[in-house]
Amino acid sequence: MELLVASAVGILTAAGIYLILRRRSFPVILGLSLLTYAVNVFLFATGRLVTGAPPILNKYEEVAYTDPLPQALVLTAIVISFGMTAVVVMIALGAYLSSRDDGTAMPVEADGAEEDA
Amino acid sequence: MMEHLLIAPVVLPALVAPFIIMVLRHHLDLQRIFSLASAVLLAGITLALAAKAADGSVHVYELGDWPAPFGIVLVLDRLSAMMIVLTSLLALPVLLYAIGSGWDTRGSNFHALFQFQLMGIMGAFLTGDAFNLFVFFEVLLIASYGLMIHSGGTRRFQAGVQYVVFNLLGSTLFLFALGTLYSVTGTLNMADLAVKVSQIPAEDTALLRVGAVMLLLVFAIKASLLPLHFWLPSAYANAPMPVAALFAIMTKVGAYSILRIYTLVFGPEVEATAGLTESWLLPAALLTLGAGAIGVLGSKKLGRLAAFGAIASMGTLLIAISLFTQTAAAAALYYLVHSTLAAALLFLVADLVMERQGQWILPQLPMPQTGLISALFFAAAIALAGMPPLSGFLGKLLVLDATRGAALAPWIWGVILLGSLVTIIGMARAGSLLFWKGHGLPAEDPGTIEEPPVGTLPARPAQLPFVACFGLLGGLVALTVFAGPATRYAEATAAQLYAPSAYIDTVLGRTEE
Repeated sequence: MELLVASAVGILTAAGIYLILRRRSFPVILGLSLLTYAVNVFLFATGRLVTGAPPILNKYEEVAYTDPLPQALVLTAIVISFGMTAVVVMIALGAYLSSRDDGTAMPVEADGAEEDA
Repeated sequence: MMEHLLIAPVVLPALVAPFIIMVLRHHLDLQRIFSLASAVLLAGITLALAAKAADGSVHVYELGDWPAPFGIVLVLDRLSAMMIVLTSLLALPVLLYAIGSGWDTRGSNFHALFQFQLMGIMGAFLTGDAFNLFVFFEVLLIASYGLMIHSGGTRRFQAGVQYVVFNLLGSTLFLFALGTLYSVTGTLNMADLAVKVSQIPAEDTALLRVGAVMLLLVFAIKASLLPLHFWLPSAYANAPMPVAALFAIMTKVGAYSILRIYTLVFGPEVEATAGLTESWLLPAALLTLGAGAIGVLGSKKLGRLAAFGAIASMGTLLIAISLFTQTAAAAALYYLVHSTLAAALLFLVADLVMERQGQWILPQLPMPQTGLISALFFAAAIALAGMPPLSGFLGKLLVLDATRGAALAPWIWGVILLGSLVTIIGMARAGSLLFWKGHGLPAEDPGTIEEPPVGTLPARPAQLPFVACFGLLGGLVALTVFAGPATRYAEATAAQLYAPSAYIDTVLGRTEE
C-alpha cells in the first residue's frame, strides 16, 4: 500500500507540474487541481498509513487507531483548495473573456512604449 | 475580558467584512464609514496590545481553551505586536487614499475585501500554529486576489491569473512542507515544534531538513526572494495602486515568517538545520537587491518602478535577516517598518501621478498640483533609496553596521551601496522625466491640458489622497525623529527572538505567569 500511495502522490504531482507548465489557463487549472489532490493524499499519509482503524482513542481497551489530525488537516486543505480553484476559474474566465486569449503569460508587446502615452 | 483583546484584531475585521457585504451592499457611504471605523478601532486595539507586549512578556490566547500543543493558540510577543501595529497604521492611510481617490467605487466589495485582507494579515502575525499560519495565508491571499483584480481590465486580469497561479503553487508547497514536518515531529504548534525538533537524533533529520527548506521556499515566494520574485512586478504594477500599497505589508508577512520560524523552530543552535539556510539565503538576498535596483532603473511604467523599488527594499531587508544574528535582526526590524511605509508611500504617489498623466514615465505637460506631487515623489524616492534625512538612511546604516563582522561583508556593503546608487539614479531619471521635462514641451492650447488621459478628475481635486500621503510621510518622519526609541524597541524584539525559551515556556504552559 505504501508503494501505491507514494506513486500516486508522485504521479499526480508530476502530471500537475507538467500541466501547469503548459501555460494555458485550462491545463494550468487542471494541473493545480491535480497538485492539490497530490498534497491531500500526501497529508493523509503523514499520519502513517493504517487501514480499518477508527480515528478515536478508546480508554477502555487498547485498540489500534489512526492519527485523526492529518484527517482534519486534509479536510481544511480540501475546502481551501476547492475555494481557490473556484476563484482561479473565475479570474481566468475574466482574463479570457476580456482578452480572447487563454495564455497565462503576460503579452510582452503591450509593455513597449508604442501604447499611447 | 482583557485577555480576549488578543483575538480582537482577527475577529473585528472578520465581523465587519460580512456586515458590509450583507447589510451595507448598496450604501457606499456607510461602507466607507464602517470600514474606516474598523480601521481606526484596529489601530487602537493593536496599540493597546503593543503596550501590553512592550514589557517583554509573552501573551497566549488559547482558542476554545484547548491547552497549547493540542489546540490552536494566538501568541503576542514584541515581534507580533510590532507587526500588527504596523499593519493597522498602514491600513488607515491606504483606506483614506482609496476613499479619497474614489478607487473604492470602481468595482464592487472593495471595503469587504479590504477588511478580510486585514483579518488574514493580523492572523498570520498573531498565530502560534504552523497550520493556522497556512490558513491565514490563504485568507489574506484569497482577499488579495479580489483586491488585485478590483475594477477589472484586461491587463489586470492577466496579471491576476499569474498572481493567483503562482500563489496557489506556493500554497501547495506550504502544505507539502507542513506535512513533512508533521510526519517527523507529530506536531504543528510552533513552540512544540521547537521542542521536538531539538530532541530529534541527528541521524533521523533528513526529512526534517527537507521540510525546513521547503518551508523556507514558501516564505521566499511570499517575500519575493530573487529566483521566486517573478510574480511581484506584474502583479503589483497592474493592481490598483492603493491595493499595491497595502500589499507592501504582504511581502513582509514572508519576511516575518522567516524571522519567526528560523529563530524559534529552526534556530541557530539546532544542529540538524544549521547552515542550511544561511549559505544561500544571503546570496539570493543580494541578487534580489541587485535585480530590484536594476528594475527601478529600467522601468518604463510608474507602477513597475514602484514594484521594483519594493523588491529592492525586500532585498536589503532579507540581507539583514539572512545573517541570523541578533544585531542584524534588530536592524532588519527597523528597516522593515521603514520599507513598508516607504514602499506604500511610493505606490500612493505613483497613483497620484497615474491618475493625472497615465502610467508611462515620459515627459508630459505639467499636471495639476505638480509641485505638491513632485515634492511627495521626491520624499518617497529618497526614503526608498535610503538617502538622508529620512529613516531609510538610518535603516541602511544599521544594516551596514550589523553586517560588519560577516564573512561576506565586502559583498554586502558593495551590493547595498551600489544598489542604493542605482536606485537613486533610477528614481532621479523617472522624477526628472515626469516633473521637469514636461516644462520644456511646447504648450498646447490650455483646453487639452485639463484633459487627463486616464481616469477622470473631479472638478475640485480631492484633499484626502494628499492627507493619506502626508500621513505615511509623517510616519517616516516620526520613525526618523524617534529613531532612538524605535531602535531600542527593535533591539529588545531581536533579543526576545533570540531567547525563545520564554516564548516556548509560556505557550506550552510550563511556567505560571
